[in-house]
Amino acid sequence: MNRPQQPAMAGIDLSRFHQTFFDESAEGLDLMEAALLRLDPAIPDGEAINAIFRAAHSIKGGAATFGFSELAGFTHLLETLLDGVRSGAQALHGNDIDLLLRAVDALRGLLAAARGDGKADTSTVNALLAALQQRLQAAPTPGSGSTTSSRAPAAPQRGWRIAFQPSRELFASGNDPLRILRELSRLGDCEIGCDVQALPTLAQAQAEHCYLAWRIDLIGDCERTAIAEVFSWVEGECELSIEPLSQEPVNAARVPLAVIDGGRASEPAASNDHRSDGGSIRIGTGKIDSLINLVGELVITQAMLQQLADALDPVLNEKLLHGLSQLDRNTRELQEAVMSVRMLPVDFVFSRFPRMVRDLAAKLGKQVRLVLSGEHTELDKGVIERIADPLTHLVRNALDHGLETVEQRHASGKDATGTLRLSAAHQGGHIVIAVSDDGRGLDRAKLIAKAQERGIAASEQLSDGEAWQLIFAPGFSTATEVTDVSGRGVGMDVVKKNIEGLGGAVEISSQPGHGMSITIRLPLTLAILDGMSVRVGEEVMIVPLNCVVESLQPQPEQIRSLSQQAQVVKVRSEFVPLLPLHQLFSIAAAETRPEAGILVLLEAGGRKVAVLVDELVGQQQVVVKSLEHNYRRVPGISGATILGDGRVALILDAPEIIRLSTQAQAA
Amino acid sequence: MSERILTVDDSASMRQMVAFTLQSSGYEVVEAEDGLAGLAAAQREKFRLVLCDVNMPNMDGIALVKALRQLPDYRYTPLLMLTTESGQDRKLEGKQAGATGWLVKPFNPEQLIATIQRVLG
Repeated sequence: MNRPQQPAMAGIDLSRFHQTFFDESAEGLDLMEAALLRLDPAIPDGEAINAIFRAAHSIKGGAATFGFSELAGFTHLLETLLDGVRSGAQALHGNDIDLLLRAVDALRGLLAAARGDGKADTSTVNALLAALQQRLQAAPTPGSGSTTSSRAPAAPQRGWRIAFQPSRELFASGNDPLRILRELSRLGDCEIGCDVQALPTLAQAQAEHCYLAWRIDLIGDCERTAIAEVFSWVEGECELSIEPLSQEPVNAARVPLAVIDGGRASEPAASNDHRSDGGSIRIGTGKIDSLINLVGELVITQAMLQQLADALDPVLNEKLLHGLSQLDRNTRELQEAVMSVRMLPVDFVFSRFPRMVRDLAAKLGKQVRLVLSGEHTELDKGVIERIADPLTHLVRNALDHGLETVEQRHASGKDATGTLRLSAAHQGGHIVIAVSDDGRGLDRAKLIAKAQERGIAASEQLSDGEAWQLIFAPGFSTATEVTDVSGRGVGMDVVKKNIEGLGGAVEISSQPGHGMSITIRLPLTLAILDGMSVRVGEEVMIVPLNCVVESLQPQPEQIRSLSQQAQVVKVRSEFVPLLPLHQLFSIAAAETRPEAGILVLLEAGGRKVAVLVDELVGQQQVVVKSLEHNYRRVPGISGATILGDGRVALILDAPEIIRLSTQAQAA
Repeated sequence: MSERILTVDDSASMRQMVAFTLQSSGYEVVEAEDGLAGLAAAQREKFRLVLCDVNMPNMDGIALVKALRQLPDYRYTPLLMLTTESGQDRKLEGKQAGATGWLVKPFNPEQLIATIQRVLG
């Protein structure tokens, strides 16, 4: 097996398992500590030592797998010492317990550092490493720390002659000579000859025995170690010789051997990459993103052609127009196909929850049944990565605050086991993810009282929906006490902000006593946006459609001036701040009178603003380009796109515009 | 129908990593947290391949391999052990118990998949 010094992180992102690793390692350390404290060096209890060893061993294995080399190195020493104690090669002294306990403390520090909570105390760690090393020197153990692979720099050979005679019982270890031949054929071109001399008559043959032997001429520049590696599992179960083929060119006139197709031998023989498999290949996301970008450009070019074609005479240019409409269809399909490459099942996030819920429930002393549905619903990788934290937060909250303890549930006549549901589904161009529980639900009176206590504007007159929204207010926490599960209530406003940052929305519904449900609605991808194009002066700008509530042509009496600058518009019974876009972005020659233009009512984060534009141009899907990458960040603008006629249109960042407008009003 | 693999490991993060990796390659995975649970799972159904850690409470990997080889259903099933570099002698012990081969920790998902695909062809 190849053993890279650094666990390669390509492909599957191992960080998704880190939390579990941290949790279990912390548990392991607790267990080690407890066992060490019980341990009497005079009469060491074998099972206790075993348990301590296993904990160290698990931490080491995980740390090495997940790339925490410091942690792995430290536990390795510890494990070596414990292994010696376990096997009796090392006696346990009184001060060893102390040393081991200090090692446990140091490991906690290293673990915290790996988790990103502060830095490990390097001097303590180094001192302990030295102490452990010194302790180990008392009885040297085989140098297992350093890599033992002695890579003899075998000169490239033209090939190898391999004689392979498995023992009769080879099958009994689950090994299969065909697998070995198949693997050899991946190292190079193989000519395989089968020796059937040992094959008995049918009557005498044991179906479970291996009677065959093989001679393989492997042509290719592979090293002997690579071949030995193929046979490593059957060492001791076969007779094997690997000799370099003579330097003379392979004699084509040699007696041809029966060639066995090793399954995939038809691949280009010299290929070093045996990992690619018919089913799937791994591609860097950078490549996919550049592909998506290119397709985006293609879509724009296509739209440009379409616009030009609209001016052509349909009769004279029939064939051209037909070709163009075909191009239109193909482009669209291509775009969809390319976008689907970036799509991943939401299970990538969901799969972390069963373990998390189990652990948390145990910690909180609650009984919880987790029901997942729609795990296969796909959405953009970028969205998936950024939805993980908010979802984790919501699940923790539901467990901690939403669901009651067994006693409380009994008292209210509910099933002792609470149910937590996580579901995902497609709805139109969106994905809807819901976290629901059948717990106590939100307490309206408590929410309002708490909000008032925290200095958040809230009155008894709030609608239920508005009251539920209070939990998203910054600095709001429903838990009277801070718990180590849900933290300090700093999260819900961040959750909401993160989701809105993805162009999504959060909704809450709650039935007191029967539980609550938080629904997140997200766009399927961040690369394409449903937008409304509006004109301001000579500029065309894109307003994200999910933020648009309505558009209206106001009557003069609907407009009120608060000061020189600030204006509001009365929409039905509500006053909404009015923000002329030309003013915000300094666009010349735009309509300045609200009643002569059009107001587009935007909503984000529970607040509204009416932006003044000259006219509505249309509604379209746009390919989002980063303005930051190509220019710099501009307040109030989330990105740019290229229109069908080749012009650049800026995309409004609705939440930020609303924030800017409230700031302006306050000023 | 996809092939079902049993993974036995007392470390949840390793189990999750193995299960997730194999699942993303289209295998179905059943997890067990120690040798006894692994043996029980193997008795309930016949898996195409078993991956097991060596150091586990309640029946270690070597005892599990031995026990599995006694089961008629598992006489020829590939049984792979997950060992650490320091466990060279345990490899041999495992081989004697009837293990097919091993995968050396630390390994990354690609190596795991490559090994499984080599064995299952």
